[in-house]
Amino acid sequence: MTKREQSLSGLIVGIIGLCVVCLALYAADAAGILNDYYRGIIVQCLFTIVLVTSLNLTIGFLGQIALGHAGFMAIGAYTSALVTKLMGNAIKAGTMMPVAPLVQFFIGLLCGALMAALFGLLLGIPALRLRGDYLAIITLGFGEIIRVVIQNLKFAGGRGLAQGQAGQALIGIMKMDNLYILFWIVALCVGLMFAFIRSKYGRAIVAIREDDIATGSVGVNNTFYKVLTFSLSALFAGVAGVLFAHRGLNTISHNDFSFLKSTEFVIMVVLGGMGSLTGSVIAAISLSILPEMLRSFANYRMLVYSVLLVIIMIFRPIGLCGKYEFSLLRVIRKGIALASPPHKQSPSKGGI
Amino acid sequence: MADVILKAAGLGIAFGGLNALSKFNAEIREGELVGLIGPNGAGKTTVFNLFTGVYQPTAGEFFLFGHRMNGKKTHELVDAGIARTFQNIRLFKKMTVLENVMISFTSRLKYGLLNSLFRTGSYWQEEEGGRLRAMQLLSAFNLQDKADMIAESLPYGQQRKLEIARALATNAKMLLLDEPAAGMNPTETSELLECINNIRREFSITILLIEHDMSLVMRICERIIVLDYGEIIAEGGPEEISHDPKVIAAYLGE
Repeated sequence: MTKREQSLSGLIVGIIGLCVVCLALYAADAAGILNDYYRGIIVQCLFTIVLVTSLNLTIGFLGQIALGHAGFMAIGAYTSALVTKLMGNAIKAGTMMPVAPLVQFFIGLLCGALMAALFGLLLGIPALRLRGDYLAIITLGFGEIIRVVIQNLKFAGGRGLAQGQAGQALIGIMKMDNLYILFWIVALCVGLMFAFIRSKYGRAIVAIREDDIATGSVGVNNTFYKVLTFSLSALFAGVAGVLFAHRGLNTISHNDFSFLKSTEFVIMVVLGGMGSLTGSVIAAISLSILPEMLRSFANYRMLVYSVLLVIIMIFRPIGLCGKYEFSLLRVIRKGIALASPPHKQSPSKGGI
Repeated sequence: MADVILKAAGLGIAFGGLNALSKFNAEIREGELVGLIGPNGAGKTTVFNLFTGVYQPTAGEFFLFGHRMNGKKTHELVDAGIARTFQNIRLFKKMTVLENVMISFTSRLKYGLLNSLFRTGSYWQEEEGGRLRAMQLLSAFNLQDKADMIAESLPYGQQRKLEIARALATNAKMLLLDEPAAGMNPTETSELLECINNIRREFSITILLIEHDMSLVMRICERIIVLDYGEIIAEGGPEEISHDPKVIAAYLGE
């Protein structure tokens, strides 16, 4: 079997697997188990998955610590929220041809993602000249700047930069909480990121992480690949922001994108395993659900959460998955190999 | 006479007030194997760092195939046909042997971001083509069976070879080898010698090499440049150099 066929069958098996998950969601919905509370948690899991996997591109694969990812998420969220809101208003006023809400949402999604990618590019060009701690500080500063600017923008709910007044939330955002649509958007995003890391681009950025002097010496344009990855990472963070903004609560506020949020995402990346998208998905889901499950501990839940993190970091510093990537096809093959009798053993083994 | 591939004219670099290298003049012709020797700290690796754009010269200029190369970035110099290895091996340790070589193809695999995101035909074609070329190159170094091994698990001598293979994969016409035999035992050294001779024949490549192992230098270099305190103190054939009083003084002290 060639690599291409193998990859294609992996893709097909993967899609079937996703369909099963999707059906399970549908069944749970039909059975009436999914109340608004659960739906909320699922949506949160979904946008967190995109965000954490995208951040893993920068931290895990490129090996650069970025602490301002909530900033890109904010850009995606606000851009798309404003776009869908303006379109909604224009349609209501009759100045724009009415379109289906889904189309409206996808236009917002595209705008939000591209705007975030643009900012990723603009920040990446100067910032990626620096490494390690310096890059971390720059991105941290960037995230805060974005938040503070948004806080003061009139059209984003603030009172205008000149007033210097703390802003309010942006309200009246369109709702798009159809679980299935969100689910497939997330699946597509994660799939694209997989494709990215398994191409010459992914190979190059992992090599840059390993030894950037050596990559330069074999003709890799380090800056180009770094900035590209950073922008792509920002693009998907923007997508996560779009999903977040339209999650159905009608409102977003600058507080949703604080520095603490960025750190939380970094924690998820580290916990899942730097350099494992599978790990990011698992970490995103579990760390979105965990605080909810710990609700019965009331005030102590953040404490429990932190202690859990400390324990995991002590006993498994490479994160839950290390660099392992899950492949449904491989699991199925292994299952078949285990189930069927080993009739094709090499003759030398039982030759005596 | 063969064409001049690499030419340095009055090349020099100063770090603050310290002249690490000055008035470095050299011409390297196609197919030559030139040795660059000198005591520790003489500025040999600095020469390599200048030729590969790691440092920018503060004096003089250098030419590759007649084009002025001052101010070019490392990857641009690689595209122009010059590649190097490092004194302390710099492999991508956690990647496979095959991937290490494939990295060198990065800018020459002709598929774009969208091709790789959506896995179009050209992605598969180019990846497969690259893999075949990489395997060919590995077999020239007798590493074809190790293609899927993690680079750092290779024995030391083979890591050195892999680094040379990776440099060759860039399509370089001019290869700079920085102490390729450092830390090798005599068997590994003679294997390396054979390997260098092979690649010269197969890839018609020009080599400039830094080496401390004098027996190796004397055996394979056609011409030797001797550096001391950042200046060329002698240049010539192995026989000539080994009897040069200035060289002997530099190595043994007066």
